[in-house]
Amino acid sequence: MTATAPAAVARLDAVTYHYRGTLALDRVTLSLPAGRMTGLIGPDGVGKSTLLSLVAGARAIQRGSVEALGGDMASRRHRDDVCARIAYMPQGLGRNLYPTLSVAENLQFFGQLFGHSAAERARRIESLTRSTGLHPFLQRPAGKLSGGMKQKLGLCCALIHDPDLLILDEPTTGVDPLARSQFWDLIASIRGTRPGMSVVVATAYMDEAQRFDGLVAMDAGRLLATGTPAELLARTGSDDLEAAFVALLPPEKRQGHRALEIPPLPEASGAEDIAIEARDLTMRFGDFVAVDHVSFRIRRGEIFGFLGSNGCGKSTTMKMLTGLLPASEGRAWLFGREVDPRDIATRRRVGYMSQAFSLYSELTVAQNLVLHARLFGVPEAEVEDRAKRMAARFGLTQLADSLPDGLPLGLRQRLSLAVAMVHEPDLLILDEPTSGVDPVARDHFWELLVELSRRDGVTIFISTHFMNEAARCDRISLMHAGRVLVSDTPAAIVQKRGARDLEQAFIAWLVDAGARGDVPSGTNAPVASGPTQTHPPPRRHVFSLARAFSYTVRESLELRRDPVRATLALVGSLMLMFIMGYGINMDVRDLTFAVLDYDRTSLSQGYALNLSGSRYFVERPPLVDEADLDRRMRSGELSLGLVIPSGFARDVARGHSVAIGAYIDGAMPSRAETVSGYVRGMHQTWLAEMARQRGREAALSGAATVETRFRYNPGVESLPAMVPAVIPILLMMFPAMLAALSVVREKELGSILNLYVTPVTRSEFLFGKQLPYVVLAILNFLLMIAMAVTLFGVPVKGSFATLFAGAVIYVICATGIGLLASTFTRSQVAALFVTMVGTMIPAVQFSGMLDPVSSLEGAGAFVGRIYPASHFLTITRGVFSKALGFADLRASFWPLAIAAPLILAAAVLLLRKQER
Amino acid sequence: MSPSWANVYRLGVKELWGLRRDPVMLLLVVFLFTVSVYTSATAVPEILNKAPIAIVDEDRSPLSERIAGAFYPPQFLTTHATSLSGIDAGLDSGEYTFALVIPPGFQRDVLAGRAPAVQLNVDATRMSQAFSGSGYAQQIVLGEVNEFVARERGTARAPVELELRARFNPTLNPSWFGSVMSIINNVTMLSILLTGAALIREREHGTIEHLLAMPVTPTEIMLSKVWSMGLVVLVAATLSLLFVVQGLIHVRIEGSVALFVGVAALNLFATTSMGIFMATMTRSMPQFAMLLILVLLPLQMLSGASTPRESMPVFVQDIMLAAPTTHFVAAAQAILYRGAGVAFVWPQMLWLAAIGSVFFAFSLRRFSRTIGQMA
Repeated sequence: MTATAPAAVARLDAVTYHYRGTLALDRVTLSLPAGRMTGLIGPDGVGKSTLLSLVAGARAIQRGSVEALGGDMASRRHRDDVCARIAYMPQGLGRNLYPTLSVAENLQFFGQLFGHSAAERARRIESLTRSTGLHPFLQRPAGKLSGGMKQKLGLCCALIHDPDLLILDEPTTGVDPLARSQFWDLIASIRGTRPGMSVVVATAYMDEAQRFDGLVAMDAGRLLATGTPAELLARTGSDDLEAAFVALLPPEKRQGHRALEIPPLPEASGAEDIAIEARDLTMRFGDFVAVDHVSFRIRRGEIFGFLGSNGCGKSTTMKMLTGLLPASEGRAWLFGREVDPRDIATRRRVGYMSQAFSLYSELTVAQNLVLHARLFGVPEAEVEDRAKRMAARFGLTQLADSLPDGLPLGLRQRLSLAVAMVHEPDLLILDEPTSGVDPVARDHFWELLVELSRRDGVTIFISTHFMNEAARCDRISLMHAGRVLVSDTPAAIVQKRGARDLEQAFIAWLVDAGARGDVPSGTNAPVASGPTQTHPPPRRHVFSLARAFSYTVRESLELRRDPVRATLALVGSLMLMFIMGYGINMDVRDLTFAVLDYDRTSLSQGYALNLSGSRYFVERPPLVDEADLDRRMRSGELSLGLVIPSGFARDVARGHSVAIGAYIDGAMPSRAETVSGYVRGMHQTWLAEMARQRGREAALSGAATVETRFRYNPGVESLPAMVPAVIPILLMMFPAMLAALSVVREKELGSILNLYVTPVTRSEFLFGKQLPYVVLAILNFLLMIAMAVTLFGVPVKGSFATLFAGAVIYVICATGIGLLASTFTRSQVAALFVTMVGTMIPAVQFSGMLDPVSSLEGAGAFVGRIYPASHFLTITRGVFSKALGFADLRASFWPLAIAAPLILAAAVLLLRKQER
Repeated sequence: MSPSWANVYRLGVKELWGLRRDPVMLLLVVFLFTVSVYTSATAVPEILNKAPIAIVDEDRSPLSERIAGAFYPPQFLTTHATSLSGIDAGLDSGEYTFALVIPPGFQRDVLAGRAPAVQLNVDATRMSQAFSGSGYAQQIVLGEVNEFVARERGTARAPVELELRARFNPTLNPSWFGSVMSIINNVTMLSILLTGAALIREREHGTIEHLLAMPVTPTEIMLSKVWSMGLVVLVAATLSLLFVVQGLIHVRIEGSVALFVGVAALNLFATTSMGIFMATMTRSMPQFAMLLILVLLPLQMLSGASTPRESMPVFVQDIMLAAPTTHFVAAAQAILYRGAGVAFVWPQMLWLAAIGSVFFAFSLRRFSRTIGQMA
């Protein structure tokens, strides 16, 4: 910078950062001045966000060095020290907020993370919300705030701990112009009260950058230029920053760039040729009116723009036009035909490009084009040719075999347009096609649109929140809160309000429409926390119950707001217990058998009678011959076939040895074993009976008897045996699954950032999150016990206190397993799989529910011996059936007591405190 | 309106590409059909494998020692306990399932014809071992006693013998059963998961909305997912059957693998439809996960793949008739173990086709109705 450069709040030296093959930052060396507001400008994907997250300490440094607030951000110790002095507001509306929590709850959560007392929190929240105008909305869930208010809340959350360095990543993207200007006023007033605070902002809106003290222009991971806005303008000789930015780009990027010229739309010739007509289109989602009586007519070949903030109803209107959403009220026509979701023919005339670039990331560029051509019914002979032509027209030929995810945003968006155009539609519906694309690529994109409109007569219906893009449309509609404020040519709109530019005109319309948004800021007490208190001395690596508890509160609130999840878990486990308790039955009975009796004497018939008289066997019609035996066993009809040889009675009488053949269906070995046990038993009984009848003294069968005592379950009933076995399984799966998703969900939604940038430690984060699930699981356990005792009539014979204590340790293990699974997975699906495989298989197969662990073999035996479910199973069975207490089951408590901290320690070690 | 089969095919191919480029899913498929099948096949013991038994010999006679010596691995793991009180603790802690007490003067009483009793204590909470093991133990004891008596007195052996033969799996090797049942369980789990996840993924990426703006119908979208994910599971299951079950675990398959594959395809028709249905029922991944457990566990435990169907209560049996896996398990057992042909398994096939059609129609209705809200 200049010679009298102020002290730097952050310094980067030769910082390079790679994301799996793509280079995000390329040897960036930069110094950010303290006490100033510095802007990073440039389109999406040039490395702005990466740079900011490195400075905030949210992301691990790969190469180079980053210093912030006077220390090395690579040092864990320094990060822990300064994180309470940095505030980081990530990109995306309310990304680090919790949508189901109210405004007040969000603020409380952040306050707790920074260790403020309740009184302190109340004071700060009061002062922050009053000055930002959020005070009337304290009880509203963050997810239901407008974009502008979300950003204000994000700012409040960031300011709650009086940071010295405020990092804002695209804080105003997708916010309406009124809210945007209010946001910047707010920032200005905060800086007025805290002049020492340094602010670093990234933005894609060049017009905003005008307000900043210093600018850093970036492109493709490198710095283009640094300086004040005036310096940059002077250096490039441009009138506005957007032009300046283009001028700063390296020549090869600028190549082919020229000011966009839009030929005028030819006047309608005679009878108006209307492409789209909407009359009183209305969309309601419950009480919420997303689109409120919107009407417009768009001529063929016209470029018609929809301008408005996120959530104002632009996308919903477009979806109604494409037939994706049936309108609640009103009608619409495309080319004179009423929109009908079932009308496939009209869809062929429309190309639709949705907000989320709707490309198949698993298909290559060429595959995407070909698939869409075929789906839109382009004749097979033309498909290849058409795909090639589209690729050529949109400059994608070189990239035919690339995957879309690897392409820069600008190219991906061109591919999206190519895909939407591949069937040569008459109408293009484009939903915010250019968000996040750099100015040059955006101009290229517009050149294509202009060509399509003017040369090919394609009607284009486009939505945007960029003012300069809206100015290029033939006509625009300003939309706010579901209503169209005004529809006209951009020039006429500006003129009507006597405004300086379209943005001012829009703001004027918004104010008229009563969109005061929120109370203008700056009028009230100064923002932020009054008396500048000194930062509390950093307390390092000390487990703070308060911080852990703030996560507990947050997690419980979220669970309470999404009752479906908890209900499914509770009701589900009870239902499963019911089904499995009744369904799994070891008491094999009603076995089918049939006899092939070659003897047909009373003796042989008596033998068969001996079997059919028991409660275990059911006799089927007698067998005719060996073939019949074979056939009926093969079909599964018979579990047992008996063959009594001819001359059976005669041989028995003579004392010759005879053999009765018993064929058992071995398809299911466990059942076969049981059958064979029964048959042997019957046979013995029969022999004894015979011996008794013949008056032979107890020579054979009476030499001794075996007195079998079935302990713990004298009736050998299934239910008392199964119920204690089912509880550990269910108590493993549900809590593990819930806990697993709780962490990975934060990763997917982005709020994991709060772990990265606030003083909360990994163990506090995990313990805090675990607690509500442990409580839920204990509740679950109690419900299952209640059900066992009342509905199943299976009493708890032993010490309930022992059972309860075991359950508590066990659910800590179970939720711990879930947390462990979620520390190394990135997506909810992956976490789901890992948890499923890690709980269901070992719990059902290796924990001794069906086969005792001591009888298992191989890897299964090992897993069974160390898996918590095995030990808890011993405890449940011991207490339920064997009337045991703690003293008897001590041996099973030890493994659980060891496993619980081990699992948690592993989870803490695997969890990362920074993004990589 | 009949669906355009060309679109169904193309969209299905797209799904296959999607899976190919998703390493986590692929890994899971491979894991489930190799490692998981192998471990569940080999871990499950013979019904009486290393059943822990404690023997308290208070007689210390040749006969009692003979009896104690007759319990040996692999069926039994013998512990010699010294006191009666010791066995109570051992049974309580689950250290052993059986405890055999031979009273003092046992041999003397046997020879005197006083028919003394040995006491067999069984931990009846372990039902599977309790049942078959007590029968075995009883036979071993009585057999030893009889042989001893016969030798001492010179009496003839039993006049009527029972020749037991297990058909289809002569050695009653449980890994035969375990391996195939594990494949069956994995087929169900994966097909539901893959189709459900494919739909949820498409919804998350916003491509559902895009698809709907194209000239394709919900029927085509759903059919494409059903066939592609079904095919993946089917191929994986077949390979696993041929190479893991037959090749690695050496299970002798009696019947026609082709017929098994056919039945599996019918089953997949039903289960993939279930996957779609469940994905339309839930709003988020956590909800889908809960629902998944809720559906999968009963399907696995009650289909007859874990315990015999006959022994379930009648109402459970009746309810489970509506589950495709019940029929799939029955048909698979018949085909693979008993070598049954179409002549035997056509009722199951008919059931599967009917259940599949109902599920498909039902899911399609729900899918078409809710798809608009998913976008």
